[in-house]
Amino acid sequence: MTNLFILQLMNGLQFGVLLFLIAAGLTLIFGIMDFVNLAHGVLYMVGGYLMATFVALTGSFTMGLLLALPTALVVGLALEYLVIRKLYHRSHLDQVLATFGLLMIITEGVKILWGSSPLSVPIPPLLDGAIPLIGQVKYPIYRLAIIATGLAAAAGLYLIVNHTRIGMLLRAGATNRNMVAALGVNISRLFRLVFAFGVMLACFAGMMVAPILSVDTGMGESILILTFVVVVIGGIGSIRGAFLGALLVATVDTLGGTFGPILLRMVFDPATASQVGRTLAPMLVYILMAIILFAKPAGLFGRKPV
Amino acid sequence: MSDMTTPPTTRPAPRLRGRTKAALVLFVLAALLPVFAWATNDPYLVVIGTRILAYAIAAMALDLILGYGAMVSFGHAAYLGFGAYAVAVLSRHGVTDITLHLLAGISLSAVFALITGWISLRTRGIYFIMITLAFGQMAYFFFVSLSSYGGDDGVTLDARSTVLGQPWLENDQVLYYTALALLIGLFTLCARIVTSRFGRVLTGTRENTTRIEALGFAPFRYQLTAFVISACMTSVAGVMLANQAEFISPAFMSWHVSGELIVMVVLGGIGNLTGAIGGAFLALMLEELLNIFTEHWKLFFGVILVLVVLYSPDGISGLLRKLKLGGEK
Repeated sequence: MTNLFILQLMNGLQFGVLLFLIAAGLTLIFGIMDFVNLAHGVLYMVGGYLMATFVALTGSFTMGLLLALPTALVVGLALEYLVIRKLYHRSHLDQVLATFGLLMIITEGVKILWGSSPLSVPIPPLLDGAIPLIGQVKYPIYRLAIIATGLAAAAGLYLIVNHTRIGMLLRAGATNRNMVAALGVNISRLFRLVFAFGVMLACFAGMMVAPILSVDTGMGESILILTFVVVVIGGIGSIRGAFLGALLVATVDTLGGTFGPILLRMVFDPATASQVGRTLAPMLVYILMAIILFAKPAGLFGRKPV
Repeated sequence: MSDMTTPPTTRPAPRLRGRTKAALVLFVLAALLPVFAWATNDPYLVVIGTRILAYAIAAMALDLILGYGAMVSFGHAAYLGFGAYAVAVLSRHGVTDITLHLLAGISLSAVFALITGWISLRTRGIYFIMITLAFGQMAYFFFVSLSSYGGDDGVTLDARSTVLGQPWLENDQVLYYTALALLIGLFTLCARIVTSRFGRVLTGTRENTTRIEALGFAPFRYQLTAFVISACMTSVAGVMLANQAEFISPAFMSWHVSGELIVMVVLGGIGNLTGAIGGAFLALMLEELLNIFTEHWKLFFGVILVLVVLYSPDGISGLLRKLKLGGEK
């Protein structure tokens, strides 16, 4: 029981850092550019496909990653140039619609380019296998590597946002865009940078997860909504909120699925417990969100919405 | 300050009158469709037609809060699903009367909308969009997990709803005209609502919430009421949709459907009920047409959507208006 708990907690952590990588980009784009990007989740899927392609092409995980990352950045820049930059001054409704259209285009485009059968990426031999964690509990090295990479990315983001000039501009931009522009900062270049960087982060999450999931067109679907929940819980524009929200959502989601039915079995008979558990588990995250928003409408670290 | 000196008026605005005329034309055309289908020997037209009418009801209900109250609900597919599942669940237990189906769908939607609306309306803008989306997903997952009603795979109806104990709706034409009658009835109700005092206040909250508060109204109550009304109307569309397809699955409630409903409203032009009806027609016809040419119709649908948003922000009715203005000059 304790072993299962530790394992699920680690799985939750691993899922959490992935969610954070996607949510960080989304929250930056929301917070700084006041832009709703519904297509953000499919970029995670695109990352997976890029990785699968480049790894298959080069036969090496590292080379694949090194080629896929710049490609993701180019994808982000291209999207920004072609569509997104024309939408900054439009209403949220227009942004939702246009990115909904983009989402359809990208999903179908991926289906045309790669077909609809799932692809797989081998785990690099260096990170294959499992190591003992505590006592008898073993944990796959690759998943540990994902956790480490995700935490490193979070630390890196923290340093960039809080201790560099770019980060200062980002924070200033999130507070008052017009003022930053008035002070002579090239705001459209800043936006392009933020957008492309956010896209790259989402793609990176997809690349990291490719070896442990099968890469298919549905992979962006479920995670997109969860990232929205993360961003809303954490407070739009807050990296710190995204980090905490991601861990919270992932833990609740992972632990709820496993331990919900076990806990319920203490109250109900097994059949009822498993039905109620199966019903409640996927809803837990949303209930959590409802509770948090009921107490704090702007999220944990959000500014009051204007 | 001129808007404060204008005397309050209860007459419908002239623009709405023009649109009511447009709606009348649409309804007459819709009433003639089965005749046309019979003449051209193409019964499939009536089947598509019923689907379009059902979505038109849902799109119009969404327009009531999106267009008039500036509430962009991204979770309206949930209410479509409540209506549809009311048919499925009650029929399974031997209750086949359509009035009871409608009643169940509407009550369930009202309760869900009241609770989620209460929480969602504490927020604004992007938050509201995201929260309604999340609540919609919550309802979606609830029905996915209901394995006794097919779970992810959905359920097939044994028969359509009955009217006064009679299986009249089994006839496609009768079902079509029932959907049309419901659409016309609800359109009249919506048109009444938006021109009423309640509708005026709602439109006021869209324009300027602070000013409405200063006038002594509590915007929250008006917005919540409108949200619940819209949800109930959408569930009516769900009941019709379930009867048309004779099959119900959680796919009815996926967030893609919510997105498509918004697309319909915007395509037709927001804030005028007729536009939403036209938008539903356009979107579904486009889907059907593209589907003939390519299995990747979503790609082209997406391209058209992006182009419409980028180059014709007011939707088709905006485009029509622009063309008309150009013609007069």
